[in-house]
This record gives sequence, structure tokens and C-alpha cells, in this order.
Amino acid sequence: MDVFVQQLINGLTLGSIYGLIAIGYTMVFGIIGMVNFAHGDVFMVSTFIALILFLLLTAWLGISSVALAFLLVLVATMALTALWGFAVERIAYRPLRGSFRLAPLISAIGVSIFLSNFVQVAQGARNKPTPPMLEGGFTLFASDGYAVTLSYKQILIMAVTSVLLLGFWYLVQKTPFGRAQRACEQDRKMAALLGIDVDRTISLTFVLGAVLAAVAGLLYLLYYGVVSFSDGFVPGVKAFTAAVLGGIGSLPGAVIGGLIIGLIETFWSAYFSIEYKDVAAFSILAIVLIFMPSGLLGRAEVEKV
Amino acid sequence: MAAAPAPPAALLKDAGLFALVAFGLSVPIVSYRTDLGASGLELTPRWGLVASLCAAVFLLRIAQRLVLDRRAARAARTPAPHQASEAASAEPKAGRSLSQLGLSRLGLPLFVGFALTLPLVAALATGGLSPARYWIDLGILILTYVMLGWGLNIVVGLAGLLDLGYVAFYAVGAYSYALLSTVFGLSFWICLPLAGLFAGLWGVMLGFPVLRLRGDYLAIVTLAFGEIIRLVLINWGEVTGGSAGITSIPRATFFGVPFKAGPDGFSALVGLAFDPMHRIVFLYYLILALALITSLVTLRLRRLPIGRAWEALREDEIACRALGIDTTKTKLTAFALGAMFGGFAGSFFAVRQGFVSPESFNFLESAIILAIVVLGGMGSQFGVAVAAVAMVGGPELLRNLGFLKSVFGEGFDPNEFRLLLFGLAMVAMMIWRPRGLISDRIPTVALGRRKAIGKDLVREGHG
Repeated sequence: MDVFVQQLINGLTLGSIYGLIAIGYTMVFGIIGMVNFAHGDVFMVSTFIALILFLLLTAWLGISSVALAFLLVLVATMALTALWGFAVERIAYRPLRGSFRLAPLISAIGVSIFLSNFVQVAQGARNKPTPPMLEGGFTLFASDGYAVTLSYKQILIMAVTSVLLLGFWYLVQKTPFGRAQRACEQDRKMAALLGIDVDRTISLTFVLGAVLAAVAGLLYLLYYGVVSFSDGFVPGVKAFTAAVLGGIGSLPGAVIGGLIIGLIETFWSAYFSIEYKDVAAFSILAIVLIFMPSGLLGRAEVEKV
Repeated sequence: MAAAPAPPAALLKDAGLFALVAFGLSVPIVSYRTDLGASGLELTPRWGLVASLCAAVFLLRIAQRLVLDRRAARAARTPAPHQASEAASAEPKAGRSLSQLGLSRLGLPLFVGFALTLPLVAALATGGLSPARYWIDLGILILTYVMLGWGLNIVVGLAGLLDLGYVAFYAVGAYSYALLSTVFGLSFWICLPLAGLFAGLWGVMLGFPVLRLRGDYLAIVTLAFGEIIRLVLINWGEVTGGSAGITSIPRATFFGVPFKAGPDGFSALVGLAFDPMHRIVFLYYLILALALITSLVTLRLRRLPIGRAWEALREDEIACRALGIDTTKTKLTAFALGAMFGGFAGSFFAVRQGFVSPESFNFLESAIILAIVVLGGMGSQFGVAVAAVAMVGGPELLRNLGFLKSVFGEGFDPNEFRLLLFGLAMVAMMIWRPRGLISDRIPTVALGRRKAIGKDLVREGHG
């Protein structure tokens, strides 16, 4: 029971991070129908931006308040990663609209390879450990020498995720941009006829995805305390799995999928084998795509001739 | 699309905007380098590098704008007959198609001729077999990728199925040979067909459930399978040796005769003085033969109904089904055949290295092979060979260029930038030549005279 509760907490924390990344995949797929393969690497770039900014703030400018530093880093990382999302869409995807079916995916793979190697060349191949931040937590209950703890980090991660998701939901459901975004998702040509700037909306969608990935990147850095240039691939695939599981194109689906993937991963590691935890994630991806490609909350794809 | 050249002020403003974005992107990833010091991570500022990067972007953008403006101005002066299609007005079609037709007809024989004589040329140029080792080894490496590219070409280029897990079959082939030879003591010549068979079976097994998926989804599932196989190879230590891999795999023999000094070795058999290079040259011709078999089989299959069905499938799946083609079976054969050639290449890889480990079969390897196929022009045999030479041989060439060191400093290692350029090349290729280097297609069947089909007429993926 104790182990179960502890894993539940850990799984939800991890799942929040996956959910944040998954939104980027699902939004982009919803609006232009492409798998943004480079999204995981944008997330990885954001972890490095956050890491360097954090080091700059604490070591050079001498900001000692963790809360202030966290807030500053969060905002700056979101802004800088948004620029990456914008640039990637502009350079690598926009010229391909109307090209053949596989072109955007191949281009995205190119971007993914470029980003991870760019960071490797710029920052070196070694793992980058960070000094421990925000240690400690609450002990919920303890029995038989096993204490179930809820660390401050986990609280922070879940709180930040919930606040952001609420804000994001408001943005998509209640603002003119959200309306334009949903319109483009339903029918891009019709939206353009009705005076929506489709290119701008798509660009903003990428920027928003990158912003959420940046938040996930900072939280990931905080949670694991170590990043490397190759960290984009596996979390990226897991987040994509989450998006597919939740039903690609559906925003609540992405979050629910993220939580489920996080839970499966932690429980699998705790009860079966930690070595095969990535196999579990990849298998779920394959199984979901083969047997229920529309996912939990997604709409079934209608084939138009 | 402005016909008149932009005024200098607007040009500068535009390039300045680009430089500003470049500045934003390089802060802080380029401007500060993190290194593990005595007290955790330490930062080293590199603002000079950021400044030169931004300056480079600024100048490149100005140059690009000038070229684009001039081209637009020229296009405006000479009204092209096909104003509707941009590609048609940009290049004179007829002459180009003819020269490309010649290139795709003659290119492959030229490539084969060059490959056949490479060891001889290298030996003559460097003055002996042993000094030529570097070139022959490089040739083996390139030919391995040519073969993998030709194998994947069946799946991606002909059948139009994007397979991101091709390396899994390469791994199956390599591990088949490694395990069969070290555990059961089977020779390479028995293992080679077996490895191809196993890989083909895996192709069918993995292909069967996924082939009703299309496009992106198929790509992602194959990626997942590729990763699963790699992770199992890492974690199933009792059989595969885990991440340490399998070492001391027996070397290739000349159809049973080992390459060694002494009376029962290869050199005694043919009456030459013993030279360890004989084995290397033999390996070179082995991979060349395997690659040519792949190419030949593909070229012949393209003329059979199954090959035509592949190409029809690539162009339009719905039309295929309407014509009564069994799409599942067609896809499955493409998948299995591609996998089989991947298996052959894998078993060659194992026999050449004498050592296999899961590290050699990561996703990046799949991406590189895919990049070769894509850059080569999907479906073109010669294009794939050229792309393999460029992508595998190019970085090697860069490494030997001394003047690059004097430009970029002593610590410059072009190999570091290899994958970076790979990624950029993939993106650039999709933007400028989405059909690859050899983008024109010659129809396999035609009524009357065969004509190359220009890239702007080839539509794909509307099914």
C-alpha cells in the first residue's frame, strides 16, 4: 500500500511533465496533421536554456531566493524556447506546406538530428548535473520503516502544471486566438476564407507548444537534476505516446495520456523491471497505434477520397 | 515574389531581423559553455562566437536576398509559358530531363565500374596494398551504406512506406551471424542466407500488424519496433551479451579457406605471398557483390507485377485498392525483401567488425540510412549510391582537409559537425529538392518511347 501510494505520487509527477510535452505534439498534429518529430529536441534545448540561465542567475548575479530565481528562469526559458519553436516552424516546416506527404516528417527528423547535435557541439557530450535545488518535502505517513513522501519538487511540478493547463485551456477555449486555432484545426481552407491568418495561427501553435515544452524542460531539470544532449529522444517518444494514447488532436487527451504513461512507467519500474521500462513505453505506442489509432478521446479518422 | 529589387534599407532591416533571431537562438546555448569543474558546473562565456554567428547569418541573408531578387527580376523580364507552376518557369525543362535521363542510365554502370577498380587504383596510387588500406576500408564503409540504402529503397523509395526502424533488421542480421557462429560454430557462408532469412521473417512479423497504418503512423510504429529490438538486445544479457555485445566473432573465409599464413591458408591456395590485406580486399568485393545483388534484384523486380504494384502503391493507395491489388500482401513483400537485404548487410557488418553491440543499431543509424535514400531521390539507384558516397565519404574528406584547421583553429574536428550537417541537409533537401538528387523518374512500363517524368509531375502520397 505504501509503495503503491508513493509510486502513484511519482507517476503523477512524471506524467505531468509528459503531458506538458504531449500538448505540443497533439496541437501541431491537430492543426497541420504532421508528427513534429523535433518537439522532443525542442524540449531538450529548453532544459539546457534553463540550466544555463539558472547557473547565471545563482552564480553570477547572486540571486539567492530560489522562488525568484525559479520564476525568472521560467519566464526567460519560455521566451527563448518560443523563439526556437518559431524558427523551426518558419525554416523547416512552412516551406513544405503542400509538398508531398512524407516531406514534413523527414524534415522534422532532420531538425531533430540537427538540434541534438547542435547542443552536443555547443555544450559537449557529457551529462550536466545541477546542484540540488529545492530539497525536502512532507512525509505523508510512515509505517514499517517505509515513509511515503511528497517532495516540494513534486508539489511544485504538479502545481505549475495545473496552473498552466488552466491558463492554456482558457487560451484555447475563450480567446480569439483559440477560436482561430480551433477553426484551422477543423478546416484550414474554410478558416482562411473567413479571414483567419492561417500561417500566423500555425506559427503561434508551434510557439505555444514550445512554451509548454519549455515549462516541462525546466521541471524536468528540477526533478532529475541532470540533462544531456540526447535527452530529447526518449521523453519525446513517451510524450508522443501519451498524445496518441489520449487521442491525437485532443488537448485533454494529451494530459490524460501523459498521466497514464507516467503512471505505467513508474509502476512498471516498481513492480516489474526497471530495465524494460522504455520497452513498455514503446510497446504501448505500437499497440495503441495498431489497435486503437484514434486513442481514448480522439475522433476516428475519416478517409476522404 | 517582388519583381523589383528591394531598397537597401529594407534589405538591411530584413537581414538585421534574421541576425536578431540568430542572436536570440544562440543565447544562452552558444554564449555560455557549461563545463564540469571542481565545484559543479562552470560557465565559460563565448560572446565572440555569438557575434560571428550573427554576422554570418546577416551576410548570408543579404546574399540570399540579392540572388532571389535578381532571379525574380529575370523571371519578370522573360515571360515564361507556364507561369502557373513555379518549378516549370524556374528551369528549362526539356534539356534538363534529357541530361538527367542520361545520368540515371549511365550513372549506375559508371559507379559500378569505379567501385570494381577502386582497390586496384588505390593500391597503384599509394604504392602497395597496405598503404591503400585506408581507402579500401572507406570503400567498404561506403558500400555498406550503399547496400543498406538500396535495401531501404525498396521499402521507402518503391513502395512508399516510411520505415524508421530499418536498423532493427540490420541488427537482426548482425546478431544472427554473431550468435550462430559463436554458439553453433556455423561458417559465414551458411549464416549469410540464414541471417537474411531471419531478418526477412522479422520483417513479416513486425510488418503484419502495422501495415494497415499509413504515413506518419507507420513511421512511428516502425521506430518503436526498432527501439524495442535495441532495448531487448541491451537488456537480454544472457543471450546477447547486453551492452557489451558479442566479441571475437569468427572472420570471413574464402568459401571455407581461411585468410592466414601457412599451407592451408588462402595465400598458399592461390600461390601468393601472405598479406593480411587479402582479407580486406576480399571483404571489399564481398560487400560490393552483395550490394550489386540488392540493386539487381530491385531493378528486375521493378519490371515484375509485384514491382509495379509497389510503385502504384506509392503513388496512390486508394487507386491501387480499386484496381484489385492486395495492398497488404504488396506492402508485406516490400517490407520483407527490404528487411532481408538489411539482414545480409548486418551479417556482413558482424563479420567485418568481428564485434557487435547494441550501440551500433540506434535510431540515428536508421535516420542516416533514411537520409541517404531521401537525398538520393527516392527510388533512384544511382542517386542512393551518390548520396551514400557524399554522406559517408564527405565527412572523411573534410577530416583530411588541412586548411579547415587553419580557418577554424586547431581543435576543429569536422566529424563533430557531421551529424549536424546531416540534419541540415535533410531539411534543405526537403525544401529545395524534395524529390532528391535524381528526381526525375523513368516509367518502368510505357507505351512507345520512354520519357523521363519531371519532378513537378510526380505526385505522391494522395492515398
